[in-house]
Amino acid sequence: MRLSIVPANTKFDFVSRRRLAYPLSALLIILSIGAFLTQGLNFGIDFRGGILVEIKTEGPANVAELRATVGDLGLGEVQVQEFGAPDDVLIRIQQQDGAEAEQVQAINVLKEALGDQVSEYRRTEFVGPTVGAELISSAIWAVVLAIGAILIYIWFRFEWQFGVGAVIALTHDVLTTIGLFAFTQLEFNLATVAAILTIAGYSINDTVVIYDRVREELRRYKKLDMPAVLNLAVNRTLSRTFMTSVTTLIALIALAIFGGSIIRDFAYAMIWGVIIGTYSSVFIAVPVLLALNLSRESLSAGADDSEETAPDASAQDMPDTTSDK
Amino acid sequence: MVNYPRWAIITTVVIALLGLIYASPNFFPQADEAVETSGFLPSNRMNLGLDLQGGSSLLLSVGVDTAIRETLESVESTVRRELRQRGSRVGYSGLRVEGKAIAFRLRDAADSDTARDRLRNLEDGFELEISDDVNFRLVMSEEAETARRQSAVEQSIEIVRRRVDETGVAEPVIQQQGQDRILVQLPGIKDPERIKRLLGQTAKLNFHMLDESVSIQEAESGNLPAGSMLLYSPEEEGRIPYVVRRTVEVAGDRLVDAQPTFQDGQPIVSFRFDASGGRRFGELTANNVGNRLAIVLDREVVSAPRIQTAILGGSGIITGRFTVQQVNDLSLVLRAGALPAPLTVLEERTVGPGLGADSIEAGKIASIIGLVAVVVFIVVSYGLFGLMAAVALLFNLSLIVALLSVLQATLTLPGIAGIVLTIGMAVDANVLILERIKEEVRNGRTPISAIDAGYRRAFTTIIDSNLTTLIAAILLFQFGTGPIKGFAVTLSIGIITSMFTAMMLTRLFIVVWLRRRRPQTLPI
Repeated sequence: MRLSIVPANTKFDFVSRRRLAYPLSALLIILSIGAFLTQGLNFGIDFRGGILVEIKTEGPANVAELRATVGDLGLGEVQVQEFGAPDDVLIRIQQQDGAEAEQVQAINVLKEALGDQVSEYRRTEFVGPTVGAELISSAIWAVVLAIGAILIYIWFRFEWQFGVGAVIALTHDVLTTIGLFAFTQLEFNLATVAAILTIAGYSINDTVVIYDRVREELRRYKKLDMPAVLNLAVNRTLSRTFMTSVTTLIALIALAIFGGSIIRDFAYAMIWGVIIGTYSSVFIAVPVLLALNLSRESLSAGADDSEETAPDASAQDMPDTTSDK
Repeated sequence: MVNYPRWAIITTVVIALLGLIYASPNFFPQADEAVETSGFLPSNRMNLGLDLQGGSSLLLSVGVDTAIRETLESVESTVRRELRQRGSRVGYSGLRVEGKAIAFRLRDAADSDTARDRLRNLEDGFELEISDDVNFRLVMSEEAETARRQSAVEQSIEIVRRRVDETGVAEPVIQQQGQDRILVQLPGIKDPERIKRLLGQTAKLNFHMLDESVSIQEAESGNLPAGSMLLYSPEEEGRIPYVVRRTVEVAGDRLVDAQPTFQDGQPIVSFRFDASGGRRFGELTANNVGNRLAIVLDREVVSAPRIQTAILGGSGIITGRFTVQQVNDLSLVLRAGALPAPLTVLEERTVGPGLGADSIEAGKIASIIGLVAVVVFIVVSYGLFGLMAAVALLFNLSLIVALLSVLQATLTLPGIAGIVLTIGMAVDANVLILERIKEEVRNGRTPISAIDAGYRRAFTTIIDSNLTTLIAAILLFQFGTGPIKGFAVTLSIGIITSMFTAMMLTRLFIVVWLRRRRPQTLPI
């Protein structure tokens, strides 16, 4: 017996759903930008720096316990690190919103919570961000160039409409993910940046797989109108879309449940990314090709037609043309 | 697609086995040094980043007072230049840096207004104080001093980051601590002494002219011309004294590149100026043929060659009694730029992992549970073929670990994210193929024909989707820094290995199974 979640010959009309998907995505993006502008991102220590406290504990320190204790104080991101000796610990808490007084307040809260575990406070100092301005600007440049390269590659392999469509879907996913972070005020740190890049990678992969099928079906069904071909392509890749998303989600859900506090935020972001990435491939990237006036003519000089001319391929493809109409 | 030539089978098997062999050191507890060297098995393990394994921590103190002094000295020479303006020279005496000010005394009170006009807005953050019309003091304001201190620390952090990056130590943590210190944490490095040496060198390179108007003996006995100074060659060469003009003719910040190379078997550093530095250097050498140039590094004369001919190409070399290691390090620090102030190591410690052993343990368990869940899901969904895909997935992971170990790339939490994504993509490639085969079976094909068509059609899709991501990863690597680079490395490795396992390894399993069983229907 075999588990089969998506039935074989689905005929959902995905493309017409754009009337629902476009406003929904527009709303999501507006909400994301709104949240970003009004609330901003909750930058962690990596980006905004914080307070460094070096302590000496009574006996060997239990780093895990210390992290839990300090983490529960509501002071934002916390890093706890063994420092040179088993009873020497470096605690970093993120810079608190507000002025000097709030920082002092946070240090007092910390000292109260640690209580008599600590035999000595060796130093308390402010530390700067580990992500400098140069690092941020080079990262932004790298991402912009990477998106440009994706656009050019897809244009070269497909048509410009596909390149633009893929970049629209990608931007959609990245913007809404950043929006999610602004909205929930989840910690935004270096691991988050990695998560966002990962989401971008997933989104592009998912979109290109479906586009590949769109190109194939466009070449095969010369008489079918454009929305029908697009629907056909999405339906035929539906079980793959579903299987891949579910498998990746299974891995991520495991990370979220069992991975501990630090990996959890990261896993949440990626779970969101997989869902939004799958949604945007099907409901945004594909219908957007219609809006961009994709036509068969533009594809006729396509790069690679070998599948069509394969000797035993054409004969057996015909029967199912009729069943699709 | 179903015919699988012998050489391809052999290559695939060899690559898969090499993956297992090179990944193996990571799965055994760290062996003793002696055992490691005696075995023929590879011993390189993955480097784990600071967040996963900890490393060493250096606390550096930025010599901000030196930065302040240098600012004052440079304002002093500006003042000197202003007062000595050609045609309307103002007589003065006792020009010196005095505390946080530049002070001098006018010879003639009649020049007071001229001097005031010239010096009033000379430098931002300096206030002019005049007493008795002749005693001038240009005082550095407190804000200017604070700003200079802060900018010295910030510039130092940038330079430290560049130098550490150049050594290839990936993913350091570099942050300002307190007022004037820098905390540098490096993941398990093998040669902390070299890093300390590299960070300890200011690397301020300047080109001066030698002052040959006085002999060394005269200069050493105190008879030094006003615009000159006495500098020495480095210690190892027996500290030869040189009389060097104070004026910096070309500054080292005009360098755009420095590379270690050889000349007559001697290690040397070759360098290149930017356009304006090259022009300046060309003019200098053209006007001074026959005179001696002093190449001054951190107030030591590394060499003092006589200018034979004008050097117009904008590049040159630094010779000296260097070892290969010194030449490598010197080029590195010159490329990375000079520190605005000297750094001293205050403290050196080993640090535990930033994420903590507990989080890492949780992460390990979570990854294993995730992997098992994925394997179960694929097997339940695709049966025998799913099992083959799952086995290929395990090989894929071992290949990733093997490549990371061989390349000695540093694995951090962001890197693990890259691996999770590639596992998703590896599964995707298999799913694409299997779904395609299913489709072909439904279209009434025979098993062999269905598998053949399934592979052939999934092929372009896999290539297109993976290449798109790979291109993006390469750009991220090329133009990103620090953690972005680390992410790009693991992502690229993962894409390549997952393409290999889906298109070569799973296919090999299927082909072997087809040849053995010659099935009438596919269990899919």
